[in-house]
Amino acid sequence: MSAAQIEIQLIGSVVAVACALPGVFLVLRRMSLMSDAISHAILFGIVIAFFVTHDLTSPFLVIAAALTGVLTVSLVELLTRTGLVREDASIGLVFPVLFSIGVILISRYAGNVHLDTDAILLGELAFAPFQRFELFGVDIGPKSFWLMLGILLLNVTFIVLFFKELKLATFDAGLAAAIGFSPLLLHYILMSLVSITAVGAFDAVGSILVVAFMIAPPATAYLLTNRLSILIVLSAFVGILSAVSGYWVAHWLDASIAGSMASMSGVIFGLTFVFAPGRGLYAIAQRHRTQRWEFAGRMLTVHLYQHEGLAEESVENRIDHLGEHMQWESTFAARVIRYALKKEYLNENDGFLQLTESGRTLAQKAIVE
Amino acid sequence: MPEIEIQVPAIEVTDLTVAYNEKPVLWDIDLEVPRGKLMAIVGPNGAGKTTFMKTVLGLIKSAAGQVLIEGKPYTKARHLVGYVPQRGSVDWDFPTTVLDVVMMGSYGTLGWLKRPGRQEKDDAFTALEKVGMAKFANRQISQLSGGQQQRVFLARALVQDAEIYFMDEPFQGVDATTERTIIQLLKEMSDANKTVVVVHHDLQTVPEYFDWVMLLNVRKIASGPVSEVFTENNLRLTYGGKVAFLSHHEAGEMFEEKDQ
Repeated sequence: MSAAQIEIQLIGSVVAVACALPGVFLVLRRMSLMSDAISHAILFGIVIAFFVTHDLTSPFLVIAAALTGVLTVSLVELLTRTGLVREDASIGLVFPVLFSIGVILISRYAGNVHLDTDAILLGELAFAPFQRFELFGVDIGPKSFWLMLGILLLNVTFIVLFFKELKLATFDAGLAAAIGFSPLLLHYILMSLVSITAVGAFDAVGSILVVAFMIAPPATAYLLTNRLSILIVLSAFVGILSAVSGYWVAHWLDASIAGSMASMSGVIFGLTFVFAPGRGLYAIAQRHRTQRWEFAGRMLTVHLYQHEGLAEESVENRIDHLGEHMQWESTFAARVIRYALKKEYLNENDGFLQLTESGRTLAQKAIVE
Repeated sequence: MPEIEIQVPAIEVTDLTVAYNEKPVLWDIDLEVPRGKLMAIVGPNGAGKTTFMKTVLGLIKSAAGQVLIEGKPYTKARHLVGYVPQRGSVDWDFPTTVLDVVMMGSYGTLGWLKRPGRQEKDDAFTALEKVGMAKFANRQISQLSGGQQQRVFLARALVQDAEIYFMDEPFQGVDATTERTIIQLLKEMSDANKTVVVVHHDLQTVPEYFDWVMLLNVRKIASGPVSEVFTENNLRLTYGGKVAFLSHHEAGEMFEEKDQ
């Protein structure tokens, strides 16, 4: 691996973790779309700050972006609170306005600057290693790596310090407010962090990857754990996995690096969605299958139990009568019987079915319930 | 100097008015609740019961009026107050355990930045034992039934170790066993001179469960001891003509019981 290759993967991983951390809370607060809104709307702030400072690397850009993020959230809330527009529609109304004002301003007044609209959507990670960061004349790595590392540390600090407060405000904002933690303040700090992360990441990886990294890793981790702390750590790992695997897919396909990383975060989510133990589609399907046989087996024991010891028993409790009485197809009936025999709910004796003790208990319990 | 005992009411509300977009949802409420009472707030849907509770807790801004908790404004009396929101107001799929939710009751005392430790864990466990949920301590909260969720919320309130509790519909959608457990706990709290205010829906059980009641329908219709103010006439004033669900027969029975 060349130095540039390692650097690109490092930058991608740092961006992924920096995004995943606030992303966890966006997902848990059902505000995933906010990442989309903020990562686009901040363009407006960046452009305005650029017009003031004429410097694309000015720290004012980050501050302006954070303010625009908060402005976006406030505007959405203001619109929603009128009761005339729902929240999802408000998000859809607010951020395109801010984003497109940003686009118009660039195309009208800043056509000759490095602020082109393609780069905003997908970034250009391949060029990231070209911008170096020098300290006392020594080259210590790509600028975007250090920028994102700083943002990552900011996010980690916030979440570690205010873990308890964030958890409570996310789970039960009412109680949080009642006992004196300000959920509103935490909300706005969180949104500012989302904005700062988005603006830091956006030059290197573009807004699509910001959205992907904020939402896909937490959504993946959500399927794998029941603990918030583990969820946060897992999200970070899934983010790194997406970044590194995405890089190699891009290398192999000779395609956009950011695009491949975003795709890989989707692929990893998809695999987890299907195969996650306990919660994935496959596990659910398997559980349904087991439940189906269990239920059919129980129905059978109940049927046998109801007629047990009565005159019609010799007719009702015969295999060949199940089709008629239970309206079961003979293949299905045969499978249910096989299941029940395996579970030792009943014994078969020359086409005649008789409950075992455990089968009888099961039937009795089923009826009482 | 001998202490002169002045009974400061646990809750004192004066001229409280709350409005949404200039439309009043609570009109000029005056209320005094003495310490140690177990009080129900009853009233029809949209009467402002939850709004009243949230306003007292400072979650909703009032348009006018004042709320005092043990003689102090709420912001100075937070540590005295425990709150049990409606069960449905939180996301039960949140990735956390029963014990962790109960420990959240200790966050108020801990304040900003401090982490819960051994002590808080033990307190949470004790509270879970009290509501009969100790063996669920490490369960994921999404696996709980409605009644179990409510018990967990109650355990969390116990951990808050407050003097005055506000509970929003703790009996909503719980099974009979849980209802008995809850009411027994509430009575124990009240016996320990804690004040408990409950938004309640089932008029039938008011005389049996509570000793104090406020009848509310935007305005306060009445408040005081159940035996005095929970009258058919006040109920009619509160629910208007819609008191039909409380059939005459049942209502009669209820008041006969009271008279004995």
